[in-house]
This record gives sequence, C-alpha cells and structure tokens, in this order.
Amino acid sequence: MPSPTFAPTKISIEFRGVTYGVNGTTSRAEDPVRQRESTPENGSRIPEHLTHSGGVPEARNAAGGARVLIADVSLEILCGETVVLLGRSGSGKTTLLRLINRMLEPTAGKVLVEGRATTEWDAFKLRRGIGYVIQEAGLFPHFTVAENIALVPTLEKWNAARIAARIQELLQLVGLGGQDFAARYPRQLSGGQRQRVGVARALAADPQILLMDEPFGALDPVTRAELQREFGALAKRLGKTIVFVTHDLREALLLATRIVLLEHGKIVAQETPEAFLQHAHPEVRAFASCLDTEDDATETAAWETSAREEFPRGAGGAKSA
Amino acid sequence: MNAYTFFTTHGAEIFSTTLEHLELVLTAMAIAVAIAIPLGIFIVQHPALRTVALGIASVFQTIPSLALFGFLIPIPFIGGIGKRTAVVALVLYALLPILRNTYVGLTGIDPAVLEAATAMGMTPWQVMWRVRLPLALSVILAGIRTATVITIGVATIAAAIGAGGLGTFIFRGVAMVSDGVILAGAIPAALLALIADGLLALVERRLRVS
Repeated sequence: MPSPTFAPTKISIEFRGVTYGVNGTTSRAEDPVRQRESTPENGSRIPEHLTHSGGVPEARNAAGGARVLIADVSLEILCGETVVLLGRSGSGKTTLLRLINRMLEPTAGKVLVEGRATTEWDAFKLRRGIGYVIQEAGLFPHFTVAENIALVPTLEKWNAARIAARIQELLQLVGLGGQDFAARYPRQLSGGQRQRVGVARALAADPQILLMDEPFGALDPVTRAELQREFGALAKRLGKTIVFVTHDLREALLLATRIVLLEHGKIVAQETPEAFLQHAHPEVRAFASCLDTEDDATETAAWETSAREEFPRGAGGAKSA
Repeated sequence: MNAYTFFTTHGAEIFSTTLEHLELVLTAMAIAVAIAIPLGIFIVQHPALRTVALGIASVFQTIPSLALFGFLIPIPFIGGIGKRTAVVALVLYALLPILRNTYVGLTGIDPAVLEAATAMGMTPWQVMWRVRLPLALSVILAGIRTATVITIGVATIAAAIGAGGLGTFIFRGVAMVSDGVILAGAIPAALLALIADGLLALVERRLRVS
C-alpha cells in the first residue's frame, strides 16, 4: 500500500516543546478522569500521583519528586492522517491523547489544535468538536442508543428533526441500521454493538478529529477483527484526522497511516506501517517480536486443530483421512 | 383494657393521632431531603468537605434519640416543647442515610461513563444533572427509604416532649401499664413503616438503571 499524501495542515495538532509534565487539570470537569486513573484496574492509565497535582507545574510521584510523563515530543498530525500511538502500558500514549482534547493540560510546551493552543480554547467547545471513543464505549446506561448518539448535537442545540435524521444516518454508517437499535438501551446490546454505538456517538456532530483510546481492546478476538476491518474502511471513507491509542501492533499496522511508538514518554519511532517493521530500535524489535509470538500462538492453535482432526474422538487407531 | 376494645372505642382518636404522626414524619423528611441532597451534591464537588459533613451527620445518628430531644429543649429558636423541636430532631436523624446515599450514588458511577461525558464536552453541571443524578437516583431513594422508616420509629419518642403523634399512646400505655394502649400506638406506627417501606421500594425499583 503506497503511503497516502496529505493536504497541507489545515487542521494540525502539534506537540512542541522540550519537556512535558502534565497538570492535574484545574477544572472539576476532570473529576472523572482522576477517578478513572486512580482505579487499580486501569493499570495502563496515568499513575495515581497525577490525580492530586492540580496546579503544580509538574506531575509528582508519590515520593514528591517530579516525574516527566511526556518528554521531547514533537509531533505534527496532518489533516486526514490516522496516527496510531503505540506503546506499552505507562508509555504515555493515553497522556498524549488526552492532551489533545484538554482532558489534561501541559505543564510545559504546547499542544496546538488548528493552530491554537488547547489552553486558549474553550475546553467544552474544543471537546465537542473532537470525537472521543474509549474502551468499553462508556455509553450512558440511562440513555437509549439514540439519546447516546444525540448527545453532542443536543449540547450544541441542533433541532429535533436534524438530530433524528443524523441518528439514522449514523446507525447505517456503523452497521446498526435495519433493526430498531435506536430505542434500545446499552445493556441490551452486545459488546461489539456497544462499541459501534460508541463510534457513532463520537461521529455525531461530524468532528474533524477523532480520538480513540483502545476502542476495541475489550472485545473478543473475532468481534475485534471484524470491527477493526470495518472501522479501517470507514476511516478511509470519512477522511477524518484520527489519533488512535493501542498496544496492539497488528491493530496499528492495519489502521495507521503512521505509527508513532512511545517509550517512557518519548517518541522512539515514527514510521509508515510498511517501514515500521524494518526499524532497528530495540522497542520496535520488542513489539515486532510479539507479533512473531502471536504467530506462534496461531500456529499452535492450528496444530491443535489438526491434531484433533488426526485423532478424532473415540476413533482409536482408525484412519479417517 | 385489651387492645381490641381500645381500638374499637378510640378508633377516631387513633386515626387522628396517626395523621398527626404522619405529618411530623413528612415535615421532617421534606426538610431532611431538601438539606441532604444539595449537601450531597456539594460535597461531591468539594471532596475536602466530605469527611466533615458525613462525620457531623454520623454524630447526630449516634446520640440516643430520647437524649437528642432532651438536648434540644433548652436551645433558643429551634428548641422548646412541642412539634418544632421534634421536627428538628427528626431531621437530624434523617440526614445521614440520605446524605450518605446521595454521596455514594453520585460517586459510584462507572468512571468510563463520566470520562465519556466530560470528553464529549459536557460542563460539570451538565455531567451532574444529566449523568450523575439520573444514575444515582435509585441509590438516593434507597437512602430516603431508610431515613423514612427510621423517622417513623423515632417520631414515637417525640411524644415525650409534647409533640404528639403515636408515641402519645405508647407513653400513656406505659404509665397505665396497659398493653392495649401501647399497641394502639405501636401497631399503627409499625404499619406506617411497612407501608412507607413497600411504596418507596417500588419507586426505587422503577428508577433503577442497570
């Protein structure tokens, strides 16, 4: 696949600067983030010490020392790109993502969206203009599918007819047209369907930028592969600027126009999917080697299948093939 | 005098006393809800005050009810003999279950849901009104239910400071050493508690979002 060329940066997201710590955000709006980050099961989230650092110039660890979460990052994302932020847990990929819609504020350096620092944007306006999809979708359990999708249009005070039309359009787009999904509640959907609604909700107000934080991470492998394929096709068609966080190299190779590999808050490699696997950096090799391991796992599974075929249940020594 | 004859001869008085009891309970509950729910919302947004608010509410809960009524009598404006003092004491008792459940309900929401709400551009007030409160409603109602049942029981003691209500029969029965008269207060009070509990349980189930 030839790497696509992009229009000059009409919409650009830039991280410039030498060192980024991250502010625990100053507004109460960020409470949920803090809570989420401090729940133990979210091991991959930013460490808990961030959660009480409101206003402190650098994020501090439990011992009180400064800890740099993002360092030496300079990243420009062009209009229409799908940039995948790849890295291990704690490598800073989610931090980077959250800086874009000002869920976190930089303590040093700058994050620019459409040429303007996120700190100069009205946070609510900025966020409404950026689609956001997270693992497990985070759908509102007390809203129907339609109400979930309608959230941002409602906040933006669209009229009812326009919202209704948009809901139908989006349900079609994410493969939930046909049956009457609109009136259902999230609990009445499968995991894959919920994630589709999550994507539809993020696209509702037709944002130019889409942020996705391991959106398919909690799905079973079959559903995940299905959604990855469909989303890949959808992304190409829509031409949105997408920033996608994952620790799954396969997913990155499938969806990215550019893979950005992070390690300890630093970018260690930035390549097209084709060039990425050739990169010599040890962290790239580490990721590439688990690709091999996964292949081994597939082979093992294949071997087991063939073994079952060779020795069918109760067949004793009978030759069946 | 046995309970049956007392019920038949004093039916009208028992009925009006039950209404008086109910009035005490409803007044106290209305005030308690009006204080505890906004306070709960407030401490969710100002976590530093959480310990203090819940602590104070817990302290009221630990004071024996008869003693609390007694303590209030000499206090100006809210004290004295009669209904007003009783309502104040009942409100203090009802605060904790409502406040605690409001806080727990508002903070016990799936963090992913709250994160999505914020990330999609809801203001803190929109998150509160459109996400947190609707999702916490059944938990808050469970607190109101607990508080109502407690208040119906504690309100019988209000008769000791001249506030009336079903406790009147109980105290009179104790003085007269008459089971019948005690039961004339105790049975309607128990029935009120059961009915209130059942009705609120129904509402709570309807509000629950799984």
